[in-house]
Amino acid sequence: MAKIPPPLWLLAEVTHSCPLQCPYCSNPLELIPKKAELDTEVWLKVLHQARKMGAAQLGFSGGEPLVRKDLEILIAEARKLGYYSNLITSGIGMDAARVEKFRELGLDHIQVSFQADDATLNDYLAGTNAFQHKLEMARAVKANGYPMVLCFVIHRQNTDRVAQMLDLAAELQADYVELATTQFEGWALANRDHLLPSLEQVREAERVAHHYQEKLKGKMKIYYVVPDYYEKRPKACVAGWGRVFLAVAPDGLVLPCHSARSLPNLELHNVRDHDLDWIWYESKAFNYFRGEDWMKEPCRSCDEREKDFGGCHCQAFKLTGDPTHADPTCAKSPHHHLIEQAIDTRQLSMQPTQPILFRNRQNSITKKTARI
Amino acid sequence: MSVDFKAIPRLAAGYRFQWEEAQQNHVLLYPEGMVKLSDTAAAVLSLCDGKRTVEAMIAQLEADYETEGLAEDVTQFLVEAEVQGWIKYG
Ligand code: SF4
Ligand code: SF4
Repeated sequence: MAKIPPPLWLLAEVTHSCPLQCPYCSNPLELIPKKAELDTEVWLKVLHQARKMGAAQLGFSGGEPLVRKDLEILIAEARKLGYYSNLITSGIGMDAARVEKFRELGLDHIQVSFQADDATLNDYLAGTNAFQHKLEMARAVKANGYPMVLCFVIHRQNTDRVAQMLDLAAELQADYVELATTQFEGWALANRDHLLPSLEQVREAERVAHHYQEKLKGKMKIYYVVPDYYEKRPKACVAGWGRVFLAVAPDGLVLPCHSARSLPNLELHNVRDHDLDWIWYESKAFNYFRGEDWMKEPCRSCDEREKDFGGCHCQAFKLTGDPTHADPTCAKSPHHHLIEQAIDTRQLSMQPTQPILFRNRQNSITKKTARI
Repeated sequence: MSVDFKAIPRLAAGYRFQWEEAQQNHVLLYPEGMVKLSDTAAAVLSLCDGKRTVEAMIAQLEADYETEGLAEDVTQFLVEAEVQGWIKYG
């Protein structure tokens, strides 16, 4: 790549602590302990450095970012620096007063995630009673003059209820609804046998989403993307490695994509030791998949390589053992049979051999015992 | 869709218009997204402040650019901006 563009998106994963236990969580199985988290001062340094480089969008995520007591300080600073700041939250950990405070401090947008449209399924998936509070928080967000942005993560256990989810969103008078497909990383990958929807389910969800898109045109914007497992082409992961997006993990590790930590031989750096500028422009990790030199066939000579950049390297590694392979969700990949096997109806109709793994510190495992 | 010259446009909730030093460009920011604006788009959006009418905006732009006959360009852009959800009236 000729000139390296500046980052535009900074994702601040401020903590891996979370009161919920979603089995579809894409956080790594090895959660960062609380005591290893960056302190306020270093987070402020991160915000300053990334903004100076050109980052304009800032996401506070986690884990559950509301767990951080200093979130207000970070939000105020983000506003001062000119970021557009987004809070990606389950809604647990705030009340109407905290939402109002965020508004005063200049937070730009709050996205509240739901596990399902009804209390029982929602709270089963969340591993705790959360549904009623989420409803209240969605309303509080709107009452504070924010657009109401809801996110439902879709998978086998809730995909048949997309219509009900959209009904709920309409009833709440949501402005945007994201029907996010589960990304099979981290906990979600460990639970894939419980979560992967069938082709019929995917097509039905798509049909319902399109129907509601028409019906609610001009009132509520609905985003639905077919899961990559069913697309025959990969997603352009993080819009291309080291092109737009930069994530900082709770412990300060700087990641070209959320799950880059899992890649082998990738020497990642920490904001405690290096400036973001150096990490973004100079470090080997960020240059590793920049441009096309790393590509093998079929990507190297593929005329779609500018579109998806070979897909997700973490997915390639997890499923084929080599991150420089084409993402196996691509039908041109010689490893695409791995995806076809996973979505084979016979495979999908089998009882999963392992119980569903809820995401919590107890189930979190160290590298040595990781089963993925 | 047509534009009422007496209507008062403003940015929709959740949208922010600002100059980005690193990009040397005006941008429009919204939940998890950003558009780079052309100079003309930026000039019009900078006046969508919820205080002036479309008529007043056109007059202002014509004065700023020392020209006439901008009404059509401006209204065309406003129609597009409303379709995109960037602006609201009233
Ligand atoms: S997906 Fe669920 S468990 Fe994971 S961080 Fe979000 S709310 Fe917490
Ligand atoms: S072969 Fe590689 S570059 Fe081409 S579409 Fe598939 S993943 Fe993308």
